[in-house]
Order: sequence, then structure tokens, then C-alpha cells
Amino acid sequence: MNKGVAITGMGIISSIGNTVEENLLSLLNQTPGISVIENIKTHHKNNIKVGEIKASNEELINQLGLPDSNSYSRTAMLAEIAAKEAVKNAGITNINKCKTGFISATSVGGMDLTEKYFYSQFEETKNRKYIESHSAGDSSSKVAKSLGITGFVSTISTACSSAANSIMMGARMIKAGKLDRVIVGGADCLSKFTINGFKTLLILSEDNCRPFDTNRTGLNLGEAAAFLVLESDECVKKGNKNVLAYVSGWANANDAFHQTASSKDGEGATLAMQKALKVAGLKPENIDYINAHGTATENNDASESAAIRRIFEDQIPSVSSTKAFTGHTLAAAAAIEAVYSVLALQNSTVFPNLNFQTPIEETQIFPETEVIIKELNHVLSNSFGFGGNCSTLIFSKA
Amino acid sequence: MGKYFINGIGCVSAQDTTNSEKDLFNFKELKENKVSACKPNYKDFIPPAMIRRMSAGIKMGVVASSLALKEANVKIPSAIVTGSGMGCLNDSEKFLRNIIDNDEQFLTPTAFIQSTHNTVGAQIALGLGCKAYNVTYVHDATSFETSIIDAILKLDEEEQNVLVGGVDELANHTVELHKLIGHVKEENTLEKGILNSNSKGAVYSEGAQFFVLENRKTENSYAELVDVITYDAILEEEVTSKLEAFLLANNLKTSEIDAVILGVNGDVEFDGIYQKLQDTILKEIPQVYYKHLSGEYNTASAFGMWTACKMIKNQIIPENLRLNSVEVNSIKNVLLYNQYRGKNHSFVLLKSC
Amino acid sequence: MSNIEDLKLELKKNIIEVLNLEDISLEDFGDNDSLFGDGIGLDSIDALELIVMLDKDYGIRLSDPKEGKKIFESVEVMAAYIAEHRTK
Repeated sequence: MNKGVAITGMGIISSIGNTVEENLLSLLNQTPGISVIENIKTHHKNNIKVGEIKASNEELINQLGLPDSNSYSRTAMLAEIAAKEAVKNAGITNINKCKTGFISATSVGGMDLTEKYFYSQFEETKNRKYIESHSAGDSSSKVAKSLGITGFVSTISTACSSAANSIMMGARMIKAGKLDRVIVGGADCLSKFTINGFKTLLILSEDNCRPFDTNRTGLNLGEAAAFLVLESDECVKKGNKNVLAYVSGWANANDAFHQTASSKDGEGATLAMQKALKVAGLKPENIDYINAHGTATENNDASESAAIRRIFEDQIPSVSSTKAFTGHTLAAAAAIEAVYSVLALQNSTVFPNLNFQTPIEETQIFPETEVIIKELNHVLSNSFGFGGNCSTLIFSKA
Repeated sequence: MGKYFINGIGCVSAQDTTNSEKDLFNFKELKENKVSACKPNYKDFIPPAMIRRMSAGIKMGVVASSLALKEANVKIPSAIVTGSGMGCLNDSEKFLRNIIDNDEQFLTPTAFIQSTHNTVGAQIALGLGCKAYNVTYVHDATSFETSIIDAILKLDEEEQNVLVGGVDELANHTVELHKLIGHVKEENTLEKGILNSNSKGAVYSEGAQFFVLENRKTENSYAELVDVITYDAILEEEVTSKLEAFLLANNLKTSEIDAVILGVNGDVEFDGIYQKLQDTILKEIPQVYYKHLSGEYNTASAFGMWTACKMIKNQIIPENLRLNSVEVNSIKNVLLYNQYRGKNHSFVLLKSC
Repeated sequence: MSNIEDLKLELKKNIIEVLNLEDISLEDFGDNDSLFGDGIGLDSIDALELIVMLDKDYGIRLSDPKEGKKIFESVEVMAAYIAEHRTK
């Protein structure tokens, strides 16, 4: 077995909590964060439910102590809150004491600002400061700078699997000795752009989403950010660090089937899970819990179930999708679910798949619907995105 | 760490770079502040059923990647890594405009679907039926360089060959916005060229450059890719020491560099960062620039690498790319340095092979 | 639009334009050509575009996207459906 790369800190902000602790409590208390949208004015208000963080931009600006001149997108603010919690949680006081990088993931980037000022920037000068905030990289650079990281900084965007790839890249860079420490994760805020985009695809649910249920009605969009601190073994040893868990397996494969839809047999997902198990040096029977992508769309859940059946056959471990708690947080999803996977390992707990009643006929997968306490050694987390991007991460007990 | 060779290259740009009859010395400086790519006959490369939804960026990416794969004689790569600072900007603008102009009514999904940053990498995979590793880096002007870092990790891990490239497209609204903040040159025409423009901002353009990296040398190898490093936000004063440290890490002295390729883009505000190097540690080294030919875009540094490959293979520095007149006998070690607006610094080292 | 033949022509023009079917000429576009699969070769993304076209141009709202499957069989079928259900 490959021991993997140590996780020494985590931070998260989502619709079920502003810290790791709050998120854990909501998961254990089975309190979802799905609601009617408040911070964005949209015609779809009454036809969708979202996993919205209720703090307004002004409140986030205050929380971060940003000056009036700031040009932060909401994505950047969420990212900075989560990244700072992760760094603090890892007990880092001098970030450049060892070679530290930063890899974020986003799909929305500064679109929340661009969609607000798309035309008015021509007339008004005061909002022109946001023009540069549009790019995906801008949020990462801002957060990295606030943490004091000036060297290797990057951003990944592979739609809804983005953060899995930033965690993967971070782990690989540490394995290869390119970095000693790296802060990895992702962030996406809600935006009119994504709300309308998913609406046109007819995959937004009017109700609370029901992952893996045969009568599922589509997804709830959400917003969140989460970051993990990964450190090399030398760093852990030198700093006498507390290891929360290990990232032990990772893989990315492409479904190469359709720009948006997943293949029926879950080919890309199957390949990703297979390869991640291989990297971790584990067999399917070693996996105790699958934190599924489980968006509650017709297509994803059918395809993912098929892939899970292909890998695990009749020995399916505990499965749940936590998206009924948080909504689908797009590029951040894999990062928040990485935090949940680590919490699962730390607390020997499987978090429930809310709103499930009846299994999908063909695959008969029964996700856990209650909080289950059991010994967990390895958790597998899936994340899939448009463009056929399928990524799997495996987390192992410290 | 193994060795990495560039065994196939493909380029779509503002120059006629898909025309094999043309070479670096044929290319002329761009004369406008916004220049679209010189379009190849896309239908020669992309089936009609796929082409109809593709924006410029996707088409350029598909063509550049297929040229690179063909040269390297690779049918299906074992990983695809794409860099794109702004992603599929035209479809993003289109969908956003539809949302705003139609007040969230009558929206169709196509532009949204095609707007995600990873569409180019995904469409390349879809076209090839390539189920391998596929990632897109979207970190402004180091999107391409981070992609190379990933690609060489892949080669060290297991992969046989990696298709790696950069792509960015021009989109009208974004160009207009960037004019407002002085990132695009105000003057529409540049008669005297970017070096004599003495104005703020750059010439905006678009392009796609793809490369096939393998850990074996072939008859077609252009160069060995030795090393790459990025710095997100170093101070101007640190550039010299970072450059020297990068060379030192590769057991080279500055004097052993046979050509340095700089991302000079004619922006009076930020070209000084290059000028300082040109006047000091790089003074005795042949200096090359390329953005007068390619224009500026987030992944324009990939055009710089394409230029380097050509120069190394032909062992010539064409006059139209020279920033100084220092002579060179053989081109062995080539250093590329790029930054954009004082941020996103990158150093890449290539070696003849 | 008074006549079903005009409606069919209008539909063909719009389908070619909206879906960027550059390679299909009006002459080649038969009334009974299957729009999906082997005929004109449309796919599920196009189906979503057609649903919006029905709404925008003819004031027809499909509550269930699956209904589209039958309606979008061919231009002939589409025109008949539109003629019967259009509100604008």
C-alpha cells in the first residue's frame, strides 16, 4: 500500500457551516443547507433550491478585513476564508519556512462580478477595478498573496471535477519533490451564469435534490470553498505535525463520450476509480466508504452507479452523496468532499445521503440514509465534470 | 527525473503558422492592436458534425494538437494537458450576453456547455477517443507553463507521451473591457512596431500551440525540455536572482546560454523588467522576441516555445526576431523568460538534442 | 404564416441557422428526414435548442423534455405540431 501524502490542515466554508467544525455538526445532525436563493436576484428564484452561504459580500469583506479598494470576487473571498482556516488548522506560522505552493480550482472565477458590471464598466469607472478579477487565476493569486505564497501558484478548471485535480496535482508535486508543502482545494460562488446554464440543461431540481433515488429530479447548485494543507513526510517529521489523514490514491480519466453527458456504463468513472486504487495500492474490498459525486441528475447517478457496480460488483461499501446537504458546488465540490472524507475517517462515521427512498432499478445501489458509526480505513471520493473529466481520490486513515 | 523531448509541434496563430512552406523569417510584425488568428482550413482537420459548435479557440486547439500529434507520430497520447488563461471566452460572453439581454429568458445551452475552461482539452479527447488523464490549467499567463510542469511529472510517473499546449481566443467584449484599463494598446495601428510604440498595453491576439513530449529522443525531436519554473508574484528586483538560480539548478552559467527568448510585448509600463536583464546579465547573449509576431494572449509564451523549437532545429536566429545583434555559432541552450504585467513569471530551459 | 409549406421552410432555415448546420442545404433537407440519428444527425444538445426555439418563436412550452422526442422526429411532424399548438 502507498501511504500517500499527509494532510495536516483543512478549512471549509459551505452552506452548512463556516468552519470545519460547523460542517461536521451539520452533517452529524443531518441539517442540510438547501434553501431559497437570497443573495442573487434571479427570475428562477422560486423554481430552484440552492446551497447558498447566507453571508452577503459586504459581510465577507468585513470578515476578511478587506479595504474598500479591494476587487475580490465572491469566489476569491470564499477561497480566502477556507484557505486561511486550513493554514491555521495546520499550525503554520511561517508559510515560507519550507517550499510552499498553492493550487486552487474554480469554474466561476470572477463571473459574479462580470455579470453585474458587464455593460456598466464602459460608463462608470469605479467598477473597472473588477475587470481583472474575471479570470480564474485572479482569485488564486489574491489568496496566495494573502497567505504569503509567491512561488508556485496555479489554478485548475475541469468543470465539476476541478478541485479533485488540484488536490491530485498537489499530492503529485510533493511525491515528486517539487514542493514540500502545498495548499490545495477549490472555490466557486453562485452566479447567474451557472444558474442559467444548468437551467438550460434542464437539470436543476425545484425541490431538495435526491441523489441516487430512482425518482431524482436534478441537482441543487451550491457555493463553497475548501482547502487542504498537504505536506511531505520530511515536513511532517521536522514540524512534528499532527497528520489528519493521507491522500493515498488519485487518478483522472476521460470519458471521451460526450461534451456534457456521462456514458451509460460509466467508462471514465470506472477508469478513474481503477487507476486511483492502483496508485493507492488498494483493492476494491479495502474501500470502506464511497463519497460519491451523486449530483442527483438522471444521467450522473445512473452512470456513476454503473461504474460503482463495475468496480465493486456485489461487495458495495457504504455509499453516500453529501450533495443533498451542500448542493453541487461545482469546482469546489471535490474539495469540500475531501474535507468530509477526512472527517469521516477521523470520526469513524459515514455521513448520510439525504432524501433517498427508492434505488435506481438497474443498479440497486442503496446509499446510507442515517449517520453510521463504523471503523473506516479508506474512503474513496468521486468527482466528475463536463468534458468527460472523471477524477477519483482515495483518503486513508492517519 | 528522466529526460523529456519535444517530438511534435503544432501552431495556429496570427501568422500563417499552419503552412509548412512558411518559416519564422517569413513572418511580419502585426500592425494592429487586435489581430485575429490566421485561420487554416478547419474542415481539413475536424469532422462537420463536431465543427459546428466549436468556437475559434476550440478549432485552433484541435488543429494545433493534431499537427503536433501527427509530427510526433502519436495517435492517442497517454495524457492531455491544456493551458488556457481565459478559457472559452467567446462562448462565455455569448451566454452572458444572452442572460443579460434577454433577462434570463429563452436561453439555450450550447454556449454554456462550450464555455467551460476545459472545453478545448475535452474536445481534443473526444475527437481522438482518448480516455487518458486530461487536465486544464487556467492560471493567467502561467497557464501553459504549469501545464508543462504537470506534463513532465506525468512522464516521470508512467506516461509514454503527453500532449501539452496552450490556447486562448480573442473575444470582442473582453478586448473592449481591457482597453478601458489600458491593457490593450489604444492606437489602432502600429506603424513603427511595438518596440517603438512607447505606449501602454499590448497588441491582443489569439492562438493555440501544442507539443508532444516523450521521454525518448526520436528522429523528429526538436529539443530537449530541460526544466520549467513559475513565480506568481516576485518583485522586479528578484527577477535577476531567480533567473540565475534557475540556471544554477540546471548547472548552467548565464554565459552558457546561446539564446534568450523574452516575452517583450511593447508595453512601456512592464517591458522595463526585460530591459533590465537585457542591459545587464543578458547583454552578451543573443536576445529574441516573438510577441510582435504572435501578439499577446495568456498563453502566448507557448508561441515563444514554438519559436524556440524552430530556432533550435534550424540552428538559426532569424533577423526579424532579434532584439540585439550578438552573434551565435550554435544554438544549444535556450532560455525563455516571460511575465505579464509584472506578474506570472516563468522560466523555461530548452536544449538542442 | 398561413401555409404549412411556408412553416416547414421557415423551420428548416431556422434549424440550419440556429444549429450551425453549414453543410446542409435547404434543397437537401427533406420534410421527412429524421432530424436525429442517421438523418440530419442532431443530438441531445440540439434537442434542448429546439425546445427553446418552440418556446421563443411559437409560444409552445414543453413541460417534459421527453415530449420533444416525438415532436422533433422530422420537419413534417414538427410543423404539424406547431400549426396545432402555436400561441404566437
